[in-house]
Amino acid sequence: MNVTQLSVFMENKPGHLQGVLKILAEAGINIITLTIAETSDFGILRMVVNKPDGGYEALKEKGYTASLTDVLAIEIDDTPGSLLKAIDTFSRRKLNIEYMYAFTEKRGDRAVMLFRFEDIELAKKALNEEGYSIVKKIDIIGE
Amino acid sequence: MFNKEFEAMPVNKMKELQLERLKWSIRHAYENNPFYRKKYDDAGFNPDQFKTLDDMRRVPFLTKQDMRGNYPFGLFAVPLSKVVRVHSSSGTTGNATVVGYTKGDVEVFAEVVARCLAAYGATENDVIQVAYGYGLFTGGLGLHYGAEKLGALTVPISGGNTERQLMLIKDFGTTMIACTPSYMLNIADYIEKKRPDYDIRKTKLKAGILGAEPWSEAMRGEIESRLGIQAYDIYGLSEVIGPGVSCECQEKAGLHVHEDHFYVEIIDPDTGEVLPEGEKGEIVYTTITKEAFPGIRYRSRDITRLYREPCKCGRTLVRMEKVTGRSDDMLIIRGVNVFPSQIETVLMEAEGTEPHYQIIVDRKGALDDIEVKVEVNEKLFSDELKVLDGLKRRIEDRMRSVLGISAKITLVEPLTIARSEGKAVRVVDKRKI
Ligand SMILES: [Zn+2]
Repeated sequence: MNVTQLSVFMENKPGHLQGVLKILAEAGINIITLTIAETSDFGILRMVVNKPDGGYEALKEKGYTASLTDVLAIEIDDTPGSLLKAIDTFSRRKLNIEYMYAFTEKRGDRAVMLFRFEDIELAKKALNEEGYSIVKKIDIIGE
Repeated sequence: MFNKEFEAMPVNKMKELQLERLKWSIRHAYENNPFYRKKYDDAGFNPDQFKTLDDMRRVPFLTKQDMRGNYPFGLFAVPLSKVVRVHSSSGTTGNATVVGYTKGDVEVFAEVVARCLAAYGATENDVIQVAYGYGLFTGGLGLHYGAEKLGALTVPISGGNTERQLMLIKDFGTTMIACTPSYMLNIADYIEKKRPDYDIRKTKLKAGILGAEPWSEAMRGEIESRLGIQAYDIYGLSEVIGPGVSCECQEKAGLHVHEDHFYVEIIDPDTGEVLPEGEKGEIVYTTITKEAFPGIRYRSRDITRLYREPCKCGRTLVRMEKVTGRSDDMLIIRGVNVFPSQIETVLMEAEGTEPHYQIIVDRKGALDDIEVKVEVNEKLFSDELKVLDGLKRRIEDRMRSVLGISAKITLVEPLTIARSEGKAVRVVDKRKI
């Protein structure tokens, strides 16, 4: 039920993003969604891809530093205040979010957000209890 | 001990031997090499004036510039017909220097290296994999002939091709490997990243014979713990003979200098005055048996200290402290003396790993600016920005508290820092002074 996220270390310089994307393209890796966290000199490219292990190997092969991390994909109503409500819930349940980003496609009338929790197991349990719908890995990456 | 007569010779007897050999060597250089003759004549020094070891201070120094100025064969003191081999330094900061060896010199070179190997505990039963580059560089051939002289099984694999190195360690039952300390760490990285199935602790590898670049105690600790081997220092300069000028013994408490072949002094690098034994300064070498290429009072630029306290191993040879800095490499940043090795130690201690790094010094306006590039390997990486930011900040704080300088730490992608012949290019000084 966890979604495997592929993260790559990148210098914040022209051409570096293209370099990473090219390696993934050549390895036949499809990027489903991505986000970049950056500082003035480096960034972390975080992606959900169809074949995380293949993407990881391809990048490593070319000398990039990458890692695989589990994140949760959670359905949120596509209405004003829904995200706030979700975050209030996390806060009440003392779930620390390291970062989050949105998924590009909607599922029906609901949006999908990706969350990196400090403690993913604790988060899963709490969110199930709160009635949130956690999207299965298989629904995200297909096949 | 490979040659107990000399390695455990009583100090007084060694000094007598050195005096005799020095007299010969200085006269040999003066009489058989025009450059030395002119240099000594100009300085008003005559070999006849050399009577006691104390007279050493009157002998002019030989500098790196003298060597470069006499490229290629200008410092040879025998006819070329007597020279059987040449080596050349890579000349990291300028032109190359060429050194020559007679048959006798080649013999001495093998002898001192064999002594080093024996000092690490090697015998004819060992399998020694020589992973230094073979060629003009003294490392490969130097270790090769020393290992053969000892009678060990010598594997001339040369540098690089880590996969093959690992294969031979396993298949040949290699017990010791000779390479640069940075290459040794590369091997550790390689195993962790690409061959997690390869258990180096299950091989017979027990020691690394590491030299050709200054390295710190912190680096030794990392090599030993990551690979489960003993890491021993072998020291030398091609200008003197190559590796084997001095070596650690199994005590790892300083490097024994092969004094029956090399006479050492410590001087103040600024004034050239000889310092009393025990004080830290620049080490100066004089070859006392070399025929083809005598090096008389060669200024090494290496900073160290000499001491004579008896060693548990029984060798009476003077010991020098592990060289962790070269006076050439010493950076003066905003008036603070900084050795690249200190920065390396900070990096190692901050993260418990030895990342590849490069120090870039520049001048912005009137102020020196120091930047340390650190390659982010998998151990340092995190998908969380705050972790990487924390890493940067931690290193910056340690630099400030340990070195007293503010350095900008830049995290860079792997393999973006230049390497040459297995040696990382550690310092780039862009200042125009
Ligand atoms: Zn000793």
